[in-house]
Amino acid sequence: MADHRLKPLSPLGHANPLTETVGPVTIAEITDTALASLATRIGHEDDVARLAAAAAIPLPGPGGHAQGAIWAAFWLGPQHWMIEAPFATHEDIAAVLRTSFAAAASVTEQTDAWARFDVTAPDLPAMFERLTAFDLRGAASGAATRTVIDHLGCYLIVRNPQTLTVLGPRSSAKSLHHALVTAARSAF
Amino acid sequence: MTRIAGGQIDRSRTWAFTFDGLPYTGHPGDTLASALLANGVRLMGRSFKYHRPRGVIAAGSEEPNALVELRTGARREPNTRATVAELYDGLQAASQNRWPSLRFDAMAINDRLSPFFAAGFYYKTFMWPASFWEKVYEPIIRRAAGLGSLSGQDDPDSYDKGFLHCDLLVIGAGPAGLAAALTAGRAGARVILADEDFRMGGRLNAETHGVGGIAGADWAAQAVAELASLPSVRLMARTTVMGAMDHGIYAAVERVSDHLAEPAPHTPRQILWRIYSARAILATGAIERPIAFENNDRPGIMLAGALRAYANRWGVAAGDHVVVFTNNDDGLRTATDLSAKGLEVSVIDARNGDEVTGSAGSLGLKSITVRRANGRSEVLRVNALGVSGGWNPNLNIASNHRGRPVWNDAIAAFVPAPDSVSGLTCAGAVAGVMSTHAALATGAARAVAALAELGRSVTPMDVPEAEDAPVKITPKWYVQSGKGRAWIDPQNDVTVKDIRLAHQENFVSVEHLKRYTTLGMATDQGKTGNVLGLAIMAELTGKTIPETGTTMYRPPATPVALGALAGRSRGPEFKPVRHTPSHVWAAEQGAVFVEVGYWLRTQYLPRAGETTWRQSVDREVLQTRRSVGICDVTTLGKIDIQGTDAGAFLDRVYANTFSTLAIGRVRYGLMLREDGIVMDDGTTARMGADDYVMTTTTANAVPVFRHLEYCRQVLWPDLDVQLISTTEAWAQYSVAGPNARKLLQKLVDQDISDAAFPYMACGAITVCGGLRARLFRISFSGELAYEIAVPTRYGDAMIRALVEAGQEFDAVVYGTEALGVMRVEKGHVAGNELNGQSTALNMGLGKMVSVKKDAIGRVLSQREGLTAAGGLRLVGVRPVDPARSLTAGAHFLAMGAPATAAHDDGWLTSVVFSPHLGHSIALGYLKNGTARMGERLRAVNLLASTEVEVEIVSPHFIDPEGERLRG
Repeated sequence: MADHRLKPLSPLGHANPLTETVGPVTIAEITDTALASLATRIGHEDDVARLAAAAAIPLPGPGGHAQGAIWAAFWLGPQHWMIEAPFATHEDIAAVLRTSFAAAASVTEQTDAWARFDVTAPDLPAMFERLTAFDLRGAASGAATRTVIDHLGCYLIVRNPQTLTVLGPRSSAKSLHHALVTAARSAF
Repeated sequence: MTRIAGGQIDRSRTWAFTFDGLPYTGHPGDTLASALLANGVRLMGRSFKYHRPRGVIAAGSEEPNALVELRTGARREPNTRATVAELYDGLQAASQNRWPSLRFDAMAINDRLSPFFAAGFYYKTFMWPASFWEKVYEPIIRRAAGLGSLSGQDDPDSYDKGFLHCDLLVIGAGPAGLAAALTAGRAGARVILADEDFRMGGRLNAETHGVGGIAGADWAAQAVAELASLPSVRLMARTTVMGAMDHGIYAAVERVSDHLAEPAPHTPRQILWRIYSARAILATGAIERPIAFENNDRPGIMLAGALRAYANRWGVAAGDHVVVFTNNDDGLRTATDLSAKGLEVSVIDARNGDEVTGSAGSLGLKSITVRRANGRSEVLRVNALGVSGGWNPNLNIASNHRGRPVWNDAIAAFVPAPDSVSGLTCAGAVAGVMSTHAALATGAARAVAALAELGRSVTPMDVPEAEDAPVKITPKWYVQSGKGRAWIDPQNDVTVKDIRLAHQENFVSVEHLKRYTTLGMATDQGKTGNVLGLAIMAELTGKTIPETGTTMYRPPATPVALGALAGRSRGPEFKPVRHTPSHVWAAEQGAVFVEVGYWLRTQYLPRAGETTWRQSVDREVLQTRRSVGICDVTTLGKIDIQGTDAGAFLDRVYANTFSTLAIGRVRYGLMLREDGIVMDDGTTARMGADDYVMTTTTANAVPVFRHLEYCRQVLWPDLDVQLISTTEAWAQYSVAGPNARKLLQKLVDQDISDAAFPYMACGAITVCGGLRARLFRISFSGELAYEIAVPTRYGDAMIRALVEAGQEFDAVVYGTEALGVMRVEKGHVAGNELNGQSTALNMGLGKMVSVKKDAIGRVLSQREGLTAAGGLRLVGVRPVDPARSLTAGAHFLAMGAPATAAHDDGWLTSVVFSPHLGHSIALGYLKNGTARMGERLRAVNLLASTEVEVEIVSPHFIDPEGERLRG
């Protein structure tokens, strides 16, 4: 992490990320992951695949999320991924990726564009069927999708059957969190 | 008491409830209707128009008569059908549309005046004088005619919305639906079985005949238990599928808590489900229809199938002297079942020429008049009459996509046309197959066929032995008798006479018939009466019933609470809120916030002693211009544009040129729509060779991004361009004023002197000892100004750092009001000028539309009508008398010209009080404005009744040479 004197706030506006438990559901604000979008430049598809493999960055297909040792990624669109890495070691994730991919891809920092909530529950579909049109009951671990929750454009990542990541617009973190808590209370 | 043995109620528990304040008891498993009948209560309501005494007719959701107000206080719900209101301990219900009481309703005078209230009486009676309609006639009519009343209070309950997915949606859990669900569920298909009833089984619960050697209700219970054990099957009782939407999507309302006194904490009252199905089977059964005869609406006269449903399912005898009037064999079942329960029953079979011609009993049935085939009439003392005119398939949902039902002579009813809704098939009675065995068989077969279409081979369930009697019916719609009224649509008080009147007055099309008589327009949508009305009209016109046709069937199939449609989107949860990175800090300072789309922005920050917003805004403006001000501008849209063709891409989407912009520089850009009108404006910075950051207005952040994606993906997919929004990723602050550089230099780690970081420079920097940041030297206020961006998580710390660093300069944080004042003082266009009908030329920015290249909107911006000399041009405006205030929207008129559109010279777009100048100033669009500097005109606002003499001046009130911002 850069050596500076500015203290971060979490998307919900606290010094430390918030974790809330509602019955069997845990909703945890996650701030320790850096994000950047990676978009292949025209004609560099093979280069990006090769460079990603060399850097141990998994690049999943449509609707997918893939986890590597350090890097993870989910699919945003054709030749377009969101790359994840630990914030503590990769705060300037865009600079790292630019070094790896040079002119083969366009890289944009996205870390603070999103509020991330990891939701853990034994029966996640019972809660999320009240939030999203995504067919969570029919989804396997490693699925990732764009969806709308309470008017907000979000990404969902199925980490495992009991853990789901919700990425929503950071400025609406409180509205999104409220929607999650309300659905959890309603479903359980 | 009229309880008899048997039924599917839990007699081990007794619940108390009230109706019109009187105490009664019932049992779990009762509906309000069955419980009232069990307590001997037949009179449950008054009719809509004539206030006729009415009792329950049906035993299901088709009930037109027994409408009550359920619950009290804020939870009071009017027009609730007693037949589907599940009883709970403590239930409170009241009759409606009566005064002062249900038994004595003064408004029943309407019944005596019925000759004046025939079909179309609104149109005929209240024609004159016209002014009386709203003030006199309508209030009287509304008071006299109507249903229940609203509580007038906010609904205290919550409603959810949700989304479900399945291979097969089965609508209705009668024999056909259960067979379909079992067939598909046993094969492991994802099945949703939805039924509006709280007990699944459909008519099996109301009949005595067996299935597979056991009672039908028991077979249904076993089937439901098996389905509940299958992991891929979801059973949804108390869930009404209310309509077929597009692409296999069905809307359904689940009544989660309506069977409770009030919902459990945090639990919704109802959920509106959007069900995505690969295939669907409609198994909604059939609805019995009556035969109309004179005075056929008295409490005690019911559908024959309902009469035996109450006896068989709820253990209720609606009367002990019962007559069944039928034209088909199914009516005979009622007689058989009730006789078996020891009731005295006789049958009037219309097929033998016998008819019921009338009834008597002021508040409930006491006797009927029967005309025998031999012409002899007799009066029978009865207290319950079951009427059966046949069964209509309950086909509403199958016709939601405009599929017109087809007539089936064998059952004398309409059945759904094949393929009326893509992906939907019908099974059981709704498909016109009326026996239990046929329902089971078609249910299983439809499930096999549906899954085969999905590529799954499934074995149908073994169809158990069950009743398989053919339909034997001789159509009979109404009984010809005297001059009395025979009801067709009891809820809206439509009679056979009304149909005749409509025919007489040439309203013969079914759509006209419906609207002229209001047939089928009540809350029950004419489920029991519509086909009668059509049949009578067919007879009058000499056409067949299928030639006469049906009206449209639209969702919802049964009434839906508005709360369910609203879901959580009400009150403060109506829409999400977007908070700026400085929000926490601003709230601590007591900022006043303003909604800008979803954003909450700081409007101004009052300080102690300031009593009006103007004092705060004036201070913020003056302090900024005198020293330095800070403003959160994060809400402006930010779009990252990268790729080797990014410059060429920008040249095509912007009217001016960007490919020549030097790295590390910013340029103001104007974006046009295809029709040449200005879409948006903003600055775009070139951060690297293939790396630009575009800024949009707050309002157009999403539309511009969408436009760019369209251009990239559709118009020019060959360009190497990648886009992504970064609006939320960066907290961005404007720092403006003569001391802006001094303030920022305390925080920025690099040299930002004018030489190192000149006007319109941009670049990556670090702040506060190493945090990555971006700096843009751009100005909206006209002052020496910068915009500094840091990762959003540091936005709160950054505003605090800026304020702290600014203390020595008496820095101020300003809001959107001061921002607006300063941009008008500087003559910058914003939303009021970017109004979707103005060109660059109108805005005085015509030279920005490059003619050296092509760009979206360039050609059409040169249209003759848009480029004519003398067109609207942006001007500045000041009042001749500085004490006068201007109002936005006022129109320019020449001195002495009449205030008419023909003399309109333009209008004031934006008006502010300039604390710098000490008077109102404005921007406006004025015809030939550039050539009219110094001219005096009138600014006339006819809405506000104001007229102010104004002088036309340059739109640049502050620093027209731009020396400050280059300082």
